[in-house]
Amino acid sequence: MPGRKSDLFFIYLLVSTLLIGLMFVHAGVREHLDMPLLQERAEIVRVLGLSDLCLFTEARYTRHPSLADLGTPFQDHPMALEHFPSGALVPVPPHLKQRTRN
Amino acid sequence: MSAIEKQRHIIDFMLASLWRRKGKNLSLVVVYTFVIFLLASVMFFAHAIKKEAALILRDAPEIMVQRLVAGRQGFIPESYIDSIQRIKGVQSVTPRLWGYYYDGQSGANYTLMVNADLKDRPGEIIIGKGVTLRRATTEDKIITRKNDSIPFKTYDGSYLMLQVKGVLPAASELVTSDLVLVSEQDFRKIFSVSKDHATDLVLEVRNDKELSTIAAKITQLYPDTRPILRNEILRTYDAVFDWRAGVIIVILAGAFFAFIILAWDKATGLNAEEKREIGILKAIGWETSDILLMKFWEGAAVSLSAFLMGILSAYLHIFFTASALFAPVLKGWSVLYPDFKLTPFISAYEIAILFFLTVIPYTVATIVPSWRSATIDPDSVMRT
Repeated sequence: MPGRKSDLFFIYLLVSTLLIGLMFVHAGVREHLDMPLLQERAEIVRVLGLSDLCLFTEARYTRHPSLADLGTPFQDHPMALEHFPSGALVPVPPHLKQRTRN
Repeated sequence: MSAIEKQRHIIDFMLASLWRRKGKNLSLVVVYTFVIFLLASVMFFAHAIKKEAALILRDAPEIMVQRLVAGRQGFIPESYIDSIQRIKGVQSVTPRLWGYYYDGQSGANYTLMVNADLKDRPGEIIIGKGVTLRRATTEDKIITRKNDSIPFKTYDGSYLMLQVKGVLPAASELVTSDLVLVSEQDFRKIFSVSKDHATDLVLEVRNDKELSTIAAKITQLYPDTRPILRNEILRTYDAVFDWRAGVIIVILAGAFFAFIILAWDKATGLNAEEKREIGILKAIGWETSDILLMKFWEGAAVSLSAFLMGILSAYLHIFFTASALFAPVLKGWSVLYPDFKLTPFISAYEIAILFFLTVIPYTVATIVPSWRSATIDPDSVMRT
């Protein structure tokens, strides 16, 4: 019987599942196409000797989190509080926590 | 009647039943989709950027040596190089000069770095894509191009005009957006750094396995130094994105719990109309198993629709709109922010986990109360 609700339901499920499949295909193709670009970025990192991603430029401890130390966010003045928004998004690097425990 | 035909009839009935309460059910699907969209967006973003960071930073310096002065990073004397070079396993030690510069005109912070290509070319700079927009924040929307000059205020108060000789490729924005490559002479002039000091030292090591031994020897030799290993950089970025995904989920936790309560209430508590419907179905000859099957399809239809739409919209959000909804949170006060599109690294495993945490509980929660109603005498159900 054409136009049955169950037919429409199955068509909807089929289309959505196909789209999810396409999503994986698209991701795979883009991953393959972007590989030279990622290699170019890795090469720039190697040539320039960079250590961090340029995600937050507002504070030095969030611009280069891997090079920061525990005091950096609080060193503006005595009793200074860390106040940059990105400070709330960047955790203490694991190697600093380890060193503190040692 | 074949088994398939029976299922189709049950689904026909279930869809008609859902449509009778369309306002309530559609709003549930919309909220459910939105919740899955948010969870999947966080998951896609964190996974893709972690993978990208690991790929890009795999060739970051093997060991960087900083010097700490009164708890802060200070300039390291170049005299340290010789003794570090003599440590067994160290292949080369290169002094690195870099620092932060605040540009009063744009209000942006740049990372100034000395580049060997500009060794005998004072007065010239190579800039990142973000720095070309330094005047685009004003009303004029001027883009800084090749051969334009940028004034840099030196630490003695004078100005140094440096000419742009190149712009780093836009594709590398994720690592170079705020970068200004300068010659050593200009760097030392801007920051008044003496000739025998560098910002830090970069080491190349023969054998990766010796990294931590060499780091220990350096701190033994110079207790005022702090070596940072490449794997520590990579672990930092893993932690950054795990944490960030965690922070977003904590912020959204209130909304998630509100939804869970709504969905639980909708799925587990049958209202009088639904109970009467079950009673009538049983009275006209439906088996308890048929009712459970109908309720299973009902739960599956709602949760599966929400799941599929949520995942697809999250994928579009992260990989086609460059995480438009998350951007304001990520940018913070940064004037320069890389406009980068992530490569869609997606994990089928994580999607499967999301499926089992959202679709299965809802579907099961729909069946249980129906089973309770379906096993009671139809007469008493219809009278309530």
